[in-house]
Amino acid sequence: MTLVWVAAYSMLSAGAALAMVRVWLGPSLLDRVVATETLLAIIAAGVAVYAALARDSAVVPVLLVVALLGFVGAVSVVRYVGGMLLMSGDDDGQGAGLPPAAEQSTEGR
Amino acid sequence: MTAVQTVLDVVAIAFLLVGSLMALAAGMGLVRFPDVISRLHAGTKPQVAGVLLITVGGAIRLVGTPVVWMLLLGGLLQLLTVPVSAHMISRIAYRRRHVRRDLLVVHEAGFLGLVGPDADDPPGDQPADAPRDQRDRG
Amino acid sequence: MSPGPLVGRRARQLPLIGWLVLIWVLLWGTWSWANVLSGLLVAVLVTRVLPLPGITEHARFRPLAVLAFLGDFLRDLAVSSAQVAWAALRAGGRVRSAVIVVELRTDSDLLLTVIAETLSLVPGSLVLDIDRTHRTMLVHVLPVETEDDVDRQRAEVLAVEELVVRAFGSAREIAALDEPRQPAPADPDGRTT
Repeated sequence: MTLVWVAAYSMLSAGAALAMVRVWLGPSLLDRVVATETLLAIIAAGVAVYAALARDSAVVPVLLVVALLGFVGAVSVVRYVGGMLLMSGDDDGQGAGLPPAAEQSTEGR
Repeated sequence: MTAVQTVLDVVAIAFLLVGSLMALAAGMGLVRFPDVISRLHAGTKPQVAGVLLITVGGAIRLVGTPVVWMLLLGGLLQLLTVPVSAHMISRIAYRRRHVRRDLLVVHEAGFLGLVGPDADDPPGDQPADAPRDQRDRG
Repeated sequence: MSPGPLVGRRARQLPLIGWLVLIWVLLWGTWSWANVLSGLLVAVLVTRVLPLPGITEHARFRPLAVLAFLGDFLRDLAVSSAQVAWAALRAGGRVRSAVIVVELRTDSDLLLTVIAETLSLVPGSLVLDIDRTHRTMLVHVLPVETEDDVDRQRAEVLAVEELVVRAFGSAREIAALDEPRQPAPADPDGRTT
């Protein structure tokens, strides 16, 4: 049983760490939105794994809240990016302070 | 512990482990894929499958308690909400030219929504799609 | 057949109210009359305070076809997750993708919504944009190596459309599946490899 705990949580935490790396690297706002949403989903998955392995039903509502928070957060940030596009006269939003798009940066991380 | 329970436990734990592997794959994809929309693929498919597997595994382990349905509802809500936010993100990402076109195998033109007089200024329901005169005033 | 506008509006909201009550009861976790009644109250309140535009067409529900759709959906979800996961986990090589235009045969807001939601989860595709007037979708597909893969993915998109329409569409929409589509603009310059 301990092995299952270790295996499940090492995979989940590695996934969460990689999502954090993407939040850190960016390079664009949308990358960070995607990574944050995935990170929240992985956290929800971690809560569910705990509930399943410990047979502890008290944490399940937390899972629902975290899962819905990810969705609402992503949608509101994306609408905010859309609003920044609206404020800027040009097509790609750089006039409103959005960083350059991936296609324009040659390094392509 | 009866034999049936043992089998169910093994199935549940297999679901949990495969689901965790999917979460790891989602993280790997986020880091390794080249552009926003490819990363979105990693953030949707393996992620949803992973959360779904984990909630089903959890529901098997917790069967008999009232939270089973709440767990399954969590999985169902993932199924319903992830495509919506993924579509919103991918739409803005494509319009902001976040696609690495040099890495596309095929990039088909002829999407009628984006040709003609509205090609540079496609109408839509997003704030970014407001008519250009309003856009300039901001 | 067609009831008055007010009655029709109420009747159309019944599935929504039922769905809200179901979620409420699932959230509480136990089935009791107090939960159902309070859920009903909250559902009616929510639909009164925050009204949604009514869906103009009625959805059909064919149990067998829905089961076929769900089975195919779960299988596709497993397959495409494994594909994307493998693309992410394997060593070396940068993943290649493609942007394709798919012309659909369906002309219904409700069905297009279901199709787009399904396509975002399976099979390796992500809907970028929809042109409602011309019934075309701009789709980004991920594990793509050759042009054969592109044709395979396009066939899968159309297969998803067919399953959804057979599960939820009206008889006329199912018949429209077999009609010959308008020939796609044969434009070799449109393709850049």
